[in-house]
Amino acid sequence: MDGPLIDFFRAARSAGLRISPAESIDAARAVRVVGWEDRETLRDTLSLVLAKTVEEKQQFEDCFALFFRRDSLRPEAETPGEAPASSPQDVAFGEGEGGGGGSALGRMLLAGDQASLAAAMEAAADEVGVRNIAVFTQVNLFARRILERMGLAALERDITAAEGTPTGARLRRGRDLLREQARDLVQQNLLLFAQGETERWRERMLAQTRLTAIDRRDQERMRILVRAMARRLAVQYGRTRRRDRRGVLDARRTLRRNMAWGGLPFLTVWKQQRIDKPRLVVLCDVSGSVAAFAQFLLLFLYAMKEALSGLRAFAFAGDLIEVSEILEREETEAAISRIMAKVGFGSSNYGNSLADFERGFMSILDSRTTVIILGDGRGNRTDPRVDILQRMANRSKQVIWLNPEPRTFWGTGDSDMLRYAPHCRVTAVCSTLQQLDRVVSDLLKNTR
Amino acid sequence: MSPAWHSLPRSIGATMRGLEEAGYIASQPIATAVYLAHHLQKPILVEGPAGVGKTELAKAVASWLGLGLIRMQCYEGLDEAKALYEWKYGKQLLYTQILKDKLGTLLGAESTLEAAVERLHGVGDLFFSEHFLEPRPLLRALRAPEGAVLLVDEVDKADQEFEAFLLEILSDYQVSIPEIGTVRAEVPPIVLLTSNSMRDLGDALKRRCLHLHIGLPDAKLEGRIVAARVPGVAESLRHQLVSFVQGLRGLDLKKLPSVSETLDWARVLVLLHARELDAELVRGTLNVLLKFESDIEAAEPRLSELLDKARREAEILG
Repeated sequence: MDGPLIDFFRAARSAGLRISPAESIDAARAVRVVGWEDRETLRDTLSLVLAKTVEEKQQFEDCFALFFRRDSLRPEAETPGEAPASSPQDVAFGEGEGGGGGSALGRMLLAGDQASLAAAMEAAADEVGVRNIAVFTQVNLFARRILERMGLAALERDITAAEGTPTGARLRRGRDLLREQARDLVQQNLLLFAQGETERWRERMLAQTRLTAIDRRDQERMRILVRAMARRLAVQYGRTRRRDRRGVLDARRTLRRNMAWGGLPFLTVWKQQRIDKPRLVVLCDVSGSVAAFAQFLLLFLYAMKEALSGLRAFAFAGDLIEVSEILEREETEAAISRIMAKVGFGSSNYGNSLADFERGFMSILDSRTTVIILGDGRGNRTDPRVDILQRMANRSKQVIWLNPEPRTFWGTGDSDMLRYAPHCRVTAVCSTLQQLDRVVSDLLKNTR
Repeated sequence: MSPAWHSLPRSIGATMRGLEEAGYIASQPIATAVYLAHHLQKPILVEGPAGVGKTELAKAVASWLGLGLIRMQCYEGLDEAKALYEWKYGKQLLYTQILKDKLGTLLGAESTLEAAVERLHGVGDLFFSEHFLEPRPLLRALRAPEGAVLLVDEVDKADQEFEAFLLEILSDYQVSIPEIGTVRAEVPPIVLLTSNSMRDLGDALKRRCLHLHIGLPDAKLEGRIVAARVPGVAESLRHQLVSFVQGLRGLDLKKLPSVSETLDWARVLVLLHARELDAELVRGTLNVLLKFESDIEAAEPRLSELLDKARREAEILG
């Protein structure tokens, strides 16, 4: 397989595309069919073989543009479609004197031979292994090594020798330009080959960080991560699922199926059980202490709506309001900030909020609803109204309480968590994205 | 293995022209996909919003190559009995009844049960042979002597299990039938799968396909499509209506009008003998483009603005 393609696969993988070996073989075959000549065609072709979703297509195009932008380093090159990294090996570049008038590098600079210069730089970059760059601090190091490979020392000698003459000045300008080009080249390689690794590492870290401790600048990335996780669950559980109850004959459907043979049961149909999608009612504490969690929980749940058969959301601090409509209508982020502005950041009163719920919405609970309450259970020494939670638990299928605090803190100070806990089927600590993911996938798995 | 369709023009440009002759205006990526599907003998998975011509592409490929189009519509609960083959139970049953006497005389000569069974074995698999096999779309596509275009429509609507079942066919163009053996395609069919992204398809399926995403076309391409599909539209009207639809797609709508809606609208305008777009006309026929009441309401206040813009742009082009 061709060298530049392999490099491109590495770059594409680093950009987050999943390219299997089989796909890379296909890509090589496809390129052999269409050839390298036309950039557009090459892009379309590789995109067909390598990028398998709309998002991946976008990522692919960015990566493709970045990868093949290297050609701009040799503006005079007449064959833009030629393999970019495969440099003509016969270009004379040396580490020492090239005999005659100064170094090979100097001659190329004076001749203004951009094509050979670029080719020499690519070859030098290959030799110093610029593709193994991992972190941005290595940029200068690699740039320097590339120039040394190209024969910088000899060039410097030329410059010193020709000091004061117009040739010297031209060489000096040429050298400075080369420096910049080398830096650009290394930067590009950094973007291409190292970015992905760093990104993935950060994502892994983020998933394990406490949701309250997440930096403002990481919020956007976090949202993307939440969406991706939710999307995965939604795909897995988004369809109606059935489970065969083996051995139980569905007489009615068997007769129907065998009508054509006068009801002689050639084919048997077995009874199946539908696995219902969960119907959720979510109560989120959006008081100062837990607001950050509420945000991510709501984001999570709304991103996987198709895996649920119903979702109604309520937010409370001192009082409780229904927020489903705001969330349905607006972009989740905007909606969440509106909700926060409405009820958020006050001090929480669980008793009052539960009473609000009982007054207005108790009727929406039935034997198929799961109630999820997100909160720390700290009601600032107000009446916890455990009796209402008990009634809610009796009416609904189950109550799940997610608490961002570690278990050891439950029941300390003004926490009423231990008094609520007996009425909940599940209580779980939920302070990182990973824990959130686990709780929700358990919820989806266990519904029948 | 050199099917008839392999002797056809061998360049992307030729593919594009061929499709155009079949009445399908293909963009560069689409033509590339069809061309590659030919040469790599790989299926194409076509994704994109409803009504951008995914199914139409398969029809165009079939008519261009002069092959039969075998279409299989996917839905939840589709199984191999409906997709691949089925035994003709009725015929089997009937034949056993009719042949009862024959079997009697055939086996009557044998004195013991073992001997009778032995005799029966000698006759071969009477009732599980080709004669009693009812081929369904997939098997028909594999056995088409000239090759065929197989369209697996809306594969995302089928169950995940069915998707797994497709894998063998897609990668090797062969399929195993327990009673008969492996059926391998003499001439591999050209396979197109379409998906509306109802759910994400499995990686295994995607890996075996070329992935083509057809988006909504730009004004130039859409103009060409309208010209090819609805030849009765005057040029100035065509520019106007295309640029109006393009403008409409910029609005925040639940369901954006796609190419099929543009074509419908163009046909409606031809029927109404319209020479130019005007506010009255657009308002009256807006329900051809927009399929939701809320969308029509949302677009209503912006109509005159879009109309002006469309007229201006048409003038520049005209």
